[in-house]
Amino acid sequence: MTTTIRALLGATALLTLMGAANAETTITVATVNNGDMIRMQGLMDDFYAKNPDIKVEWVTLEENVLRQKVTTDIATKGGQFDVLTIGTYEVPIWGKAGWLVSLNDLPADYDAADLLPAIAGGLTVDGNLYASPFYGESSMVMYRKDLMEAAGLTMPDAPTWADIKTAAAAMTDKSKEQYGICLRGKAGWGENMAFLTAMSNSFGAKWFDENWNPQFDQKPWKDTLDFYLDLMNNYGPPGASNNGFNENLALFQQGHCGMWIDATVAASFVTGKDSTVADKVGFALAPDNGLGKRGNWLWAWSLAIPAGSQKVDAAKAFINWATNKDYAALVASKEGWANVPPGTRASLYANPEYAKVPFAKMTLDSINAADPTHPTVDPVPYTGVQFVAIPEFQGFATAVGQQFSAALAGSTSADDALAAAQELVKTEMTKAGYIK
Amino acid sequence: MARKTTQTRKAVVTIAAWLIGIVIFFPILWTILMSFKSEGDAIKAPLAMLSSPWTLESYGEVQARSNYALHFWNSVVLSLGSTLLALLIAIPAAWAMAFVPGKRTKDLLMWMLSTKMMPAVGVLVPMYLMFRDLGLLDSRIGLVGVLTLINLPIVIWMLYTYFKEIPGEILEASRMDGASLRSEILYVLTPMAVPGIASTMLLNIILAWNEAFWTLQLTTSKAAPLTQFIASYSSPEGLFYAKLSAASTMAIAPILILGWFSQKQLVRGLTFGAVK
Repeated sequence: MTTTIRALLGATALLTLMGAANAETTITVATVNNGDMIRMQGLMDDFYAKNPDIKVEWVTLEENVLRQKVTTDIATKGGQFDVLTIGTYEVPIWGKAGWLVSLNDLPADYDAADLLPAIAGGLTVDGNLYASPFYGESSMVMYRKDLMEAAGLTMPDAPTWADIKTAAAAMTDKSKEQYGICLRGKAGWGENMAFLTAMSNSFGAKWFDENWNPQFDQKPWKDTLDFYLDLMNNYGPPGASNNGFNENLALFQQGHCGMWIDATVAASFVTGKDSTVADKVGFALAPDNGLGKRGNWLWAWSLAIPAGSQKVDAAKAFINWATNKDYAALVASKEGWANVPPGTRASLYANPEYAKVPFAKMTLDSINAADPTHPTVDPVPYTGVQFVAIPEFQGFATAVGQQFSAALAGSTSADDALAAAQELVKTEMTKAGYIK
Repeated sequence: MARKTTQTRKAVVTIAAWLIGIVIFFPILWTILMSFKSEGDAIKAPLAMLSSPWTLESYGEVQARSNYALHFWNSVVLSLGSTLLALLIAIPAAWAMAFVPGKRTKDLLMWMLSTKMMPAVGVLVPMYLMFRDLGLLDSRIGLVGVLTLINLPIVIWMLYTYFKEIPGEILEASRMDGASLRSEILYVLTPMAVPGIASTMLLNIILAWNEAFWTLQLTTSKAAPLTQFIASYSSPEGLFYAKLSAASTMAIAPILILGWFSQKQLVRGLTFGAVK
């Protein structure tokens, strides 16, 4: 009997030890639904081969749903996620609040020095890298080479807003539903305000002066909005106040836009299989006004670890795999260089194979032309190119976006929209304690 | 003459009803049509989209990328579980309010309904903290509780309305025959109110199936129902209409089929007591 009990105890101990040896750590990764992230989910076999003791559970959500959910979870230390996909807007705010784990101690093969400085700068707070960029983007001009040629024009690599207006006028033929320019008009801090804020930087405008006073009552903002409305009303598609990225993408792919200024990531779509104009697209830097700042933005989807995670080591192993140089080589070997997540590492752009991708150089030049730490012509107290990295921005920027979208729809004037924007931002900033 | 007027009126009303029905159903129809197109065709102008080739590729991709069976099962557990629990609480509550009303019964009913008027996001953080502390995040049990609570006012109200239509004398007679309170509710009241209970149940299942705030906020993977399955196919950058439509069609199909087969009971229940 004793022998039997001993044998049973021994077997139990052995099984427990074996269980411990094989203990699997499961991490939950919250991510957005974009092509690069979905592609990564299909390449997980490589991660599992290198990390057999880590299992990854994916939670893929629409951007706004994800943002709300992840914000709730991280603010309450809910611990539902071990890796978060967050944008350049959240990282400085959350990093400063102590909600993220520093990634300064990733293994040497991660090679942090290889990250593009503009991208890394937006993800670093007080010397700590709080998120590892998975894919980066700026904005640029995508234009129809055939229509430009027919109009007898050439698009410079670095056009001015005056060049854009001339080209838009020349390419517009409303009888053929052909519009010179397509731009975002849909209200939202990440929709029309992303474009207009970046555009305003090139007109010398800014959201706030150094004492956090809103600047919509100043001439540069009036110049920005007047120019935008003039362009869109004369050369833009009808109903543009409802158009965001996807609506403009559909218009451009179907040949209705002469130019489209939007995210560099669109380049792969407008030259892809669903585009009717794939072989006729040229690229140029976002326009400027000769003031030293271009109207392009900077954004990166990055992977970060919430401070509430209990599985930091496994989460770091995953982030290292997903954002390492080796990952780019893995994607290239399976799906080709054009499908490698762009805009994060210098080594990718030094690769002669990647240089053959038609939009690679312009994407890199656009990213390098953005400076999130000094986004405007005059000094400002904030960082962020197409946003202001303060928590209150999402709320009031969407309200300002609604005013500007209404001006584009014709239901209010540019002056009234600017006055309303000035008033509402001033109220919010006073309430939040920025203006004493 | 009067007969002709009646006929004309009937025709007008019928046409108007059909038109309203088509307008209401159109978005669902369009979603279903779009789900059978490729991403490139789905963004074309309506006529060009309809004339483009039909394909099942979006369904294939959605099947390959997501665990539909798990989301479906979670939706079934959440909607049925919350409905049964709500009925278990609501039947005795509605009985008390309908047959033994107190001075404040009407106020109580109004107060219960008023909880539905508060925006859910207002209590998101406290709810989230409670769920975190009780270990209920991403659990079916926790969500069944939440869905029960948010639909309870409607369930009690509906049952109260049905019970009010039942003559109290019948219950009194059963009591005089020696029926206990339990027997009175179970064997006398419930059988008489079956159409009302059935329609309340169906409506509650539909409400719970479609609930898309708490189910998105309080789940991640294990307890995530079909609402999260849909939300994973929307994207601000890139083409997604066909895949999103396929996911939506797969998510609403079960409840559409249930609604179709039970429409008689639904209408009967919803109009119960409407005409005396």
